[in-house]
Amino acid sequence: MLLLQIDIAFIIEKVILATVILLGSLGIAMYATWGERKVAAIMQDRIGPNRAGPLGLLQPLADGAKLFFKEEIIPDGSTRTLFILGPALAMLTATMTSAVIPWGPDYVTESGRVISLQVADINIGILFIFGVVSLGVYGIMLGGWASNNKFSLLSSIRAAAQAVSYELALGISLVALLMMTGSLSLREIVAQQHGFWADGYFTWNFFKQPLGFLVFLVCTFAELNRAPFDMAECESELNMGYHQEYSSMKLGFYLFAEYINMFISSVVIATLFFGGYNFPFMDEVLAGTGQLVFAIICILVLLTKAIAFILFFMFIRWTLPRFRYDQLMKLGWRSLIPLALFNMLVTGLVILYVLN
Amino acid sequence: MEKLTNRSVAVDRSPMTFGEKIYLPAILKGLSITVGHIFKKKVTVKYPEEKRPFSPVFRGLHVLNRDEEGRERCTACGLCALACPAEAITMEGAERKPEEKHLYREEKYAAKYEINMLRCIFCGYCEEACPKDAIYLSETLMPTHYSRKTMIYKKEDLLIPHPKKQAGQ
Repeated sequence: MLLLQIDIAFIIEKVILATVILLGSLGIAMYATWGERKVAAIMQDRIGPNRAGPLGLLQPLADGAKLFFKEEIIPDGSTRTLFILGPALAMLTATMTSAVIPWGPDYVTESGRVISLQVADINIGILFIFGVVSLGVYGIMLGGWASNNKFSLLSSIRAAAQAVSYELALGISLVALLMMTGSLSLREIVAQQHGFWADGYFTWNFFKQPLGFLVFLVCTFAELNRAPFDMAECESELNMGYHQEYSSMKLGFYLFAEYINMFISSVVIATLFFGGYNFPFMDEVLAGTGQLVFAIICILVLLTKAIAFILFFMFIRWTLPRFRYDQLMKLGWRSLIPLALFNMLVTGLVILYVLN
Repeated sequence: MEKLTNRSVAVDRSPMTFGEKIYLPAILKGLSITVGHIFKKKVTVKYPEEKRPFSPVFRGLHVLNRDEEGRERCTACGLCALACPAEAITMEGAERKPEEKHLYREEKYAAKYEINMLRCIFCGYCEEACPKDAIYLSETLMPTHYSRKTMIYKKEDLLIPHPKKQAGQ
């Protein structure tokens, strides 16, 4: 039994951590749906959901219960296996990415055991995230295709084309960042951004790669299929898009996966560009408080950053109209990719001639 | 073509300038508008908890009035039914017996008085037509029902409570 030879406590600890992160991201995604409706309402001078529980806080539960009790329809013309696989894949890929994100600093117990607040510290963490996120397109693709509906198919084709186009710019903008960090491990990238200010300059990557951040952010919107790039849904043109034929909890999974993706993407942006769990004066705080309190503060800081980005995503959604498909492609191929390439070039030159 | 108003503006189809092409200034402007709306007063009224006052001329559910001694005012003259543009009011008159003097104000009264609330358009003509001040439109909103039958309001549904009996009970 090779499995038992590695520390059993290690396995338990990782299982607990994975469970907590999974449930936590589900919970945050649930309340992101509530938050979205509240933000939309507030921006339109309305109040928003306020009937279920105080401030409408039980609204997500009510929505979930409603979706569970809805009739489940699988169209006759659909490819049954793929039709079911679609939302399953969307949900799976949405929850998988959280595994490589460092949620907080290492916690050292009295006996000298190091408990890492990261499910898996793989040295290609970023590649893992992008691999999984790219798989997410299959959820949309399969769903739209298996529905055997022209609108769904068109919308899923558009979504796939959009995702592929924007992943290029996303990748290139990230290459510039990786040239600076010299590591693909998220743990390392966060460790490099320790604190806020060091050696006369900001440590957070945002201040080293502002252009890269901008490109990354815009591409994240496109990857998430969110407004102003929600080509996949586009209620007005393709009447619901790829999930037109879906009902009950399968539809719920699609909608829910979008919010989990939003949360995870916010965390990834915060980790890559805004220092992850790092915050100004963190060394002083660590010295002042215990290790446990410090770890909790770190996790809360990361969550705060993530929630700030979620709110930003929502603000943008309720501010901007949707891009037309040709405008979207033009922006992706003719603006963002050259911009990302330029950014990569400048970063390379700076590393070669200035920093050396 | 002749211009209908002087408000028409020609659409600007000139290609976007660089400032417009990078979108960011426009996005920031848009965000400042939407974020500004966070601090604006909400127009929604939380209805059941908080009610907006009715206008003074509001016309709601009908009531049949009684006089100070609790006698029904209606004499079944039929003017309200005649005035009703929706033909929602039906009534049958009856002569008052001597022992019923405490129930009805005049010698004739309405034995049957029905308003079909599905037909009623709440115009208030019945109130205007009534010479005896017997029918009024109150400030109560029309409730909903599950069947057409219950939508026909009988005299018992319309009469306001007896002023003395209500105090006693």
